[in-house]
Amino acid sequence: MRIGYYPGCSLLGSSREFDESVRALAGALGLELVQVPDWNCCGASSAHVLDHKLSLALPARILAQAEAAGLEEILAPCAACYNRLASARDALDKDPVLAREMEKVIGRPATHKVRVVNILEVLDRFKDTLPGLLKVPFAHKVACYYGCLLVRPAKVLHFDRAEDPQSMDRLAAAAGAAPLDWNYKTECCGAAFSVTRTDLVARLSGKIVADAVRAGAEAILVACPMCQSNLDMRRTESNAYLGADHQIPVLFITQALGLALGIDANRLGLQRHMVPATFAPAAV
Amino acid sequence: MAGVTYATTTESLAAQVRQHLGVNLSHCYQCGKCAAGCPVAEDMDMTSCRLLRLLQLQQPALDQRVLASEGIWLCLTCETCSTRCPQEVEVAKVMDFVRSEAIARDVAHPRSRDILSFHRAFLDSIRTTGRLYEIGLVADYKVRSRHVLKDVALAPKMYLRGKLPLLPHLIKGRDEVKRIFQRTLGRRR
Repeated sequence: MRIGYYPGCSLLGSSREFDESVRALAGALGLELVQVPDWNCCGASSAHVLDHKLSLALPARILAQAEAAGLEEILAPCAACYNRLASARDALDKDPVLAREMEKVIGRPATHKVRVVNILEVLDRFKDTLPGLLKVPFAHKVACYYGCLLVRPAKVLHFDRAEDPQSMDRLAAAAGAAPLDWNYKTECCGAAFSVTRTDLVARLSGKIVADAVRAGAEAILVACPMCQSNLDMRRTESNAYLGADHQIPVLFITQALGLALGIDANRLGLQRHMVPATFAPAAV
Repeated sequence: MAGVTYATTTESLAAQVRQHLGVNLSHCYQCGKCAAGCPVAEDMDMTSCRLLRLLQLQQPALDQRVLASEGIWLCLTCETCSTRCPQEVEVAKVMDFVRSEAIARDVAHPRSRDILSFHRAFLDSIRTTGRLYEIGLVADYKVRSRHVLKDVALAPKMYLRGKLPLLPHLIKGRDEVKRIFQRTLGRRR
């Protein structure tokens, strides 16, 4: 199986373990990742806040690059990139006038037919082969945290349920974990306010961590670099807000699945986390 | 306040929201569900629900209050409000529109400055290299916002974990990206 790959900027820097674990997992599953040639940043929240047209044009160039490379579908593991790319594609697909305008802005024609998929959608295609590949079941109680960008706006993304989604829980169960029922699955972590309003991020992320701990989770699983860094890198601040000392690790779903397939922890980038990804030996 | 009205109803923010977004604000019946689910409602000077009510009244003074509010800059665009609205009012899109109008009319709340500095630093990084250069972004933001000492303890920890590459990635299509900026954001500057 072959799929276009858009890593996005975070996966080259502050969340490189997401890229490492996606690549390692793809190798183990026999999925060939073809990188979108000379890709640019999707614009993330910043283009979106400052200029609507820019927030469409940057993804439009990425989609055009993928199309020119003959790719029909691209995987964007970063939930923010996935959301921006899928939203732009949807807007251009629905509005031919806007689509022609964007062709002028990016300076070349494009059909905007390239599909954009997230990591949970892609991994779901391996649900039948995964159990056969299991070597070291990830036998831990986990809180699957989806955040905002994978499921909202539902009218554009058409992925899973907007409230109480299940796709990551199913994957976690396939890896041998016990996904828990908890309250903060799709609450916002504070997203792009990590630098500008760290106080808000400490509160919002703190509540998420506290509820996962309350539910009895041994790890929080995520599929978004912003969620991961707010729950992991901002733990000092969120623990200070809570007046607690929670040490629950925050893993990308690809890291948990990688461990279950017997892939070396360092190849999955587990050593890069701020909160050490170590587990109590208690079995489920 | 009641003395000043719009000469024509097309001037109101509500009318512009309808024209540009296709969102009809009269569909809102003030149930409060948007504000109930909003993760930052308690920090806002006016909640999403109240903001929609002020816009519905189509009064210049009330529109001004919305544009100058601090709360619109605390919105995280998490889209919980739009998702839960029983009348399918796209509240998050309205927030987006109100913010862009506040910038365009130069009436944005002073506390929006740091948030806007961050976004401008972010976009400048992309304009130059094609991709986000995280060290450059943080340095640029510190200069713009004058929060020089913010997170100084975090950077070395990130560097040690291989999370802060020192050099930017330069894409080949940098000229293309620059043209995209000129043809979109450039018109506003």
